[in-house]
Order: sequence, then C-alpha cells, then structure tokens
Amino acid sequence: MISRLFGRAADIDARKRTLLGIGSFLLPLLAWCLISYTPFIWHPKVLVTDPGGVDYFQVDMLVDKAMFKEEVANMQQAHLALPQGRPSNPIYLPAPDEVAKAFYNGFVNPPRNTDVPSMPASLWHSIQIIFWGFLISSVIGVPLGILSGTYATLGRLNEPFIEFFRYLPAPAFGALAVAILGIYNGPKIAIIVIGTLFQQVLIIANTTRKLETTLIEAARTLGSKNLKLLTKVVVPGILPDLYRDQRILLGWAWTYLIVAELIGTSSGITWFITQQARYQHFDNVYAAIMTIGLIGFGSDLVLARLGRRLFPWDRTQDRQ
Amino acid sequence: MNLIAPCLPSYLDQSDEVRARFERIRSREVILEVRKLGKRYRSPQGEVEALRGIDFSVRRREFVCVIGPSGCGKSTLIRILAGLDRHTSGEALLDGKPITGPGQDRGMVFQGYSLFPWLTVKKNVMFGPRMKGEGYDQAERDAKLWLELVGLEKFADAYPHQLSGGMRQRVAIARALVNQPRILLMDEPFGALDAQTRAKMQSHLIDIWKNIDVTVLFITHDLDEAIYLADRILVLKAHPGEVQEVIEVPVPRPRMPGQFNSPEFRATKARLETLIHPAPEPLPEDEQAVKPHMIRFTDVHDNVE
Ligand SMILES: Nc1ncnc2c1ncn2[C@@H]1O[C@H](COP(=O)(O)OP(=O)(O)OP(=O)(O)O)[C@@H](O)[C@H]1O
Ligand SMILES: [Mg+2]
Repeated sequence: MISRLFGRAADIDARKRTLLGIGSFLLPLLAWCLISYTPFIWHPKVLVTDPGGVDYFQVDMLVDKAMFKEEVANMQQAHLALPQGRPSNPIYLPAPDEVAKAFYNGFVNPPRNTDVPSMPASLWHSIQIIFWGFLISSVIGVPLGILSGTYATLGRLNEPFIEFFRYLPAPAFGALAVAILGIYNGPKIAIIVIGTLFQQVLIIANTTRKLETTLIEAARTLGSKNLKLLTKVVVPGILPDLYRDQRILLGWAWTYLIVAELIGTSSGITWFITQQARYQHFDNVYAAIMTIGLIGFGSDLVLARLGRRLFPWDRTQDRQ
Repeated sequence: MNLIAPCLPSYLDQSDEVRARFERIRSREVILEVRKLGKRYRSPQGEVEALRGIDFSVRRREFVCVIGPSGCGKSTLIRILAGLDRHTSGEALLDGKPITGPGQDRGMVFQGYSLFPWLTVKKNVMFGPRMKGEGYDQAERDAKLWLELVGLEKFADAYPHQLSGGMRQRVAIARALVNQPRILLMDEPFGALDAQTRAKMQSHLIDIWKNIDVTVLFITHDLDEAIYLADRILVLKAHPGEVQEVIEVPVPRPRMPGQFNSPEFRATKARLETLIHPAPEPLPEDEQAVKPHMIRFTDVHDNVE
C-alpha cells in the first residue's frame, strides 16, 4: 500500500497523469468555490440588502458580522425596522463567477473606463517588455555562458564577478536605469535584463560543463578542434538542456516584470492591476493576475511540446 | 605454474604454423612505437605515477591486447596514444612521428556511450569525413559503406538511443574506421555488454580486422577476450603501471569459439592468471586466528546450507 502511494513518477501512466494534472487545478478551484458559495464557511462580512432603521447603513454596504449583529440588537431594543443582509466575503475575495465575468469582459467587451488602458492592451505592452528584455539578455548571456563553460580560463575571468553581481537585487537599479534610460520602456527592459542575464550566464555555463567529456574526446579523435568543436559538438550537445534552461529563465523574467513596470511611468499589466485595485475592482485584479499565470504556463507548455519536436533524441524529455 | 596446470603445455610452446605467423608479423614495419613512456598525475593527494617505463611496439595489422588489474594505467596508456592526454616522460611514435595530439590517423572506440546522441547513425559515421572537409555526398557514401561493413545499413537513419548496446558499439567502430586510421585504439569497448553480445562482437571485430588494413590495440580486463582476439598480449602491473610481460598467444588462427578449451588457450590463460591474480600469500598466524564475529538474524532452524 505504502509503495503504491509512493509510486515513482514514471510508473504513473499517461491518462492518470493528465487526470492528476487537471485535478491539481480543480482542487484549489474547489476550495475557492466552497469559500465563496457556502454562506456558513468563513463569510466574515454582511452585505446589507435593506438598511432598516440604521441610519449609516446603505444598500450593498459591507459591514463586519459583529457590527451587524450589534445593530440588529440595537434596532430590536429601539423597536425600529431591522436591517437585512446576507453573509458575504470581504471585497478582496470575489467569487469565481465574478472573476470569470471580469475575465470575459476584459477581453471581449470594451473597457468601462476610457482613461484606464484595457487588459489586452496592457498585456500586449507587458509581453513586448518581456520579449525585448529576454532577447537582449539571451543575445549576451547564451554565448557568454557557452564560452565560459567551454573555456575554463574565460569562465574564471567572468564568473566570480557575475556571481557577485547576481546578488545585487535588480530592482535596486531602478532609479539608476531611469536616470540613464529615461522613464519609458528603456529602464523596464533594463531591469529584466539585469534580473535575467547574470543567472543566465551562470546556469548556461554550468549546463555546458555538464556535457559528457567522452563526446568531446570522441570528436577530438575524429579530427574536430577549436571552433568546429564548439559549433558541431558542444552546442548541439547541450541544446536540449539549453532550451530547458531558457524556459526556466523566461519564467524568471516574468517575475521581474512586475517590478520593472513600476519603474518610471507605470505601464502594462502591473499598471492595470494597480489601477483596478485602487477602484476596488478586485474581480479585474484577479482576472489580470490569472491571465499572467495563464500566459506564462501556456507558453511554457507550448515550448515544452515544441522541445519534444525539436529534439527527438533527447530522452530526458520523455520523463517530464 | 605447474601447480595450477600440470598437464598443460607451456604457453611459450608454439606450433610451426604459429611460429611462422609471428615471423611474418615481425617482418612487417612498425606502426606504433612506445619508448620508456611515463605518466605522472598531479592531484591534491600528491603525485600518482600511473605509468613508468612502458616499452613496446606494434607492427602493421597486428592485434595487440593490453590487460592488467584495475588502476594499472591501461586507460591512461591508450589515452596518451590517442593524444587525449600528454605523457610526462619517454616518447610515443606513430609511423616514426611523435604523438602530440589527437588525429585522424588514430581511431578510438570508448567503453562508454560516445556516439553523438543528436545525430543519426549515418551522420555519426559521417562526422569524421566531414571534419576532414569531405563534401556531404562523398561523406554519405563512405558512411554507407562502413555501415554495411558492420551490418547496420538498415539503421542508418535511427538515432543512437534506438539501438542496443552492441549495435551502438558497432556504429562507434564504423565511425572510427571510416577515417581509415593507421591504428584502432579500443578501451574496453565491449565491457558494458552482456556475455552473448560480447562474444558476437568479438568474432565480428576479428572479421572486420581481417578484411581491412588496420592495426588494433585493444584494452580489456577479460582474459578470455584477450586470448581470443590477440596476436600478442601486453600484461601490465599496477602501482606504478609497468609492463610485466608481453605474451605471444600460441592459439592458431583463424580463431573460433571452440578453441576456448584447447590446451594452448588454457595454458595461456593459466599464465595470465598467475600474472594478474597472484596466489594469495598465506596470512600471518595471528590474523588467521581472528574470525569475524557473525551475528545470526534468522531462525535457528532456517538453514540455507
Ligand atoms: N586525472 C587523473 N588524476 C589523477 N590520477 C589519475 C587520473 N586518471 C587516472 N589516475 C590514476 O592513474 C592510475 C591509472 O588509471 P587508469 O584509469 O589508467 O587505470 P585503468 O587500468 O584503466 O583502470 P580500469 O581497469 O579501472 O579502467 C590510477 O591509479 C588512477 O587513480
Ligand atoms: Mg580504464
């Protein structure tokens, strides 16, 4: 029994894996539904439907349960009309259907407020920032990582510094980036580059070093050296792992996005979220947060699929 | 010696036929010459002398096996010859020229998995010719030819991970031979294969060697394999790695699996055994008296012997 519970990941067959994967999403959703739709679970507030005799109550006002009870008692004593209300959750926890509606409206219906950018426009701006940040970082980081991993001297020459630099938090460079690059997209892209690049060099150098030495030695006995060794053996040899590293790094770039977008003039999805939170449209806030999650998760899923296509020889992909 | 095999002929006795064959080999030119070769590794624990004063030569189309206990420097020796490591003293000459680095005049087959996993079988074999600057079509033609020689033309478009261990090593052999090296260096190439596949690969290797102009230096720790394959066996001893003896194998060619029980074969094997696993020296009195204290974890009546 125990051994069945702790079955190795590889023993679980494909159908069961899919089911479990869906389950991993359904479980939190179920918890959310329970909290939202069963009035006796949590619901610390009361939504006033009829203020009754309480002068400061208004329809659709959220009050604490204790306060509501107190006012009901007060009204009973004063023989005034009793306030009516139903149990409700705080405003910062909208129910799933409200978020779903906000999600739908965000993409299908025009924005309610014209001075606030729409969700799709905000997202598109964010995606562009990520794209440029990650591209610039990769153009420098991938070759540098591969070279550092291949040539020990070059690795020693830059890795200690990079090791130091990566501990400097990227957001700390925000003010500096604004001073140098202005207030628009420049500093935002710079923060993503600073946040990604240094990790990227170290991770890719490490991946390169893990390439089987036998493969390099075999290639050398077959007559390849220098640049050919690099382009015909090292690069193709690490390519599947490099691709995996890039996928993970892209995820990190997303986490820097939120900080990056608060620098200079706020923009993108972060700006959308802060604006909506200010107006207490928490349904929109959740919808936007989930959209970020969906884009990140979805793009990673697509990249994983693509990886299996691109590298048919890579056995480690089968186990994912 | 006599204690082990009293009725066997000496491994030094050669039939006229075998003696004539060795005469013929000795008349051929020397391909590989190793003189007073030494190798010291510098490690944090201090210097290790992996090889000391190795002296031997290999003639054209000779099949030489190197055998010795683990850690005696077999891999070190073959890696120096392949140009992957540098020796620290003495010299190693191929066709009279000192070995300074890897080159296409020496092919190498490794024990482990050394095929490029991202290339198909055919492209793996094409790797050497392409490095030499051959055009794609020419390289492809060469590769097909050599794949045919190892009997894998049907798997030309498969990836290495789709092949069995024995097939992979056949591809590795084809990949090394396509460059037409002067000498084929093999470091325990069949070490990871099961006994049956291994036997097949041995006869297969002999067939290949018979049909092409190549000299083989083959490392193994399997005594039967060494005797079955080799003209001569270089026996190394460990700490430091030195040549203990060079044995001319008296088993006549062509070799067949049936010869494993022939007197020459057994005599040679007995000699190798005394060289590699010397009879254990009797333990001193007091050490013999100490018996390990064995605790019993099973039922008293539950005996297996
Ligand atoms: N890179 C190295 N640094 C330090 N010592 C080494 C190194 N490579 C090998 N040695 C030492 O040199 C000696 C010979 O090693 P080698 O691998 O050549 O032995 P081997 O005969 O091939 O052994 P095996 O049968 O186990 O393959 C060993 O004692 C080993 O510890
Ligand atoms: Mg070895």
